[in-house]
Amino acid sequence: MSTLHTVNKSPFEKNSLASCLSYAMTGGTVLMLEDGIYGALKGTKVEAQVKSALDNVKVYVLGPDLKARGFAEDRVIDGVKVVDYAGFVDLAAENDKVQAWL
Amino acid sequence: MSGVIKNFMYLNRRAPYGTIYAWESLEVVLIGAAFDQDVSLAFVDDGVYQLVKGQQTAEIGMKNFSPTYSALGDYEVKKIFVETESLEERGLTPDDLQHLVWEDEDDDWAERDSIRFVSRAELAEIMEASDVVFSF
Repeated sequence: MSTLHTVNKSPFEKNSLASCLSYAMTGGTVLMLEDGIYGALKGTKVEAQVKSALDNVKVYVLGPDLKARGFAEDRVIDGVKVVDYAGFVDLAAENDKVQAWL
Repeated sequence: MSGVIKNFMYLNRRAPYGTIYAWESLEVVLIGAAFDQDVSLAFVDDGVYQLVKGQQTAEIGMKNFSPTYSALGDYEVKKIFVETESLEERGLTPDDLQHLVWEDEDDDWAERDSIRFVSRAELAEIMEASDVVFSF
């Protein structure tokens, strides 16, 4: 059973990302979108949490939401992959279910 | 307004686009600017993300309201405080933000910086000295 976890809240305002990362099972997938994209950026105080999660889960960030908020792809933590809306659909299709961390 | 001038501070703590707070704050600031009060804006916590330059919202289907911040100077909004600790926690530097200016009519319309980078302790003092704080 594989799960796509989505996080759409800023990690500095809610603990959605931290909870998601602590619940996601090895081999799972996490997608950051909307205000969740701030968790995918380099140099933040949550960067270490995301980097250590990369050992167990695949982490993606939604490109259009990065761009809307003024961040180029080179600001994203190494190992976190940028996907577009079609990529989001693929991730949803590849996994057995989608779990949203609001 | 019977000549009484108050210090109004608009406190912005939310990121843009995910919620409506940032846009609503900007609207209220622009409306309030018509009342000739002493206005300042503060950007702390996720509010600092509102001023990040290079926002392009076409693909998310929302209005990019970030160019509106550069109009604040024309509305006599000259004091914009950005808290440095909030920037640092988010891996941001002043270079990541828009450069906002106002024109000084007493000095041949010379451009002056609107943004002042302040520490949390400094901003606490400024906030304490404000008559009214509007939270967004």
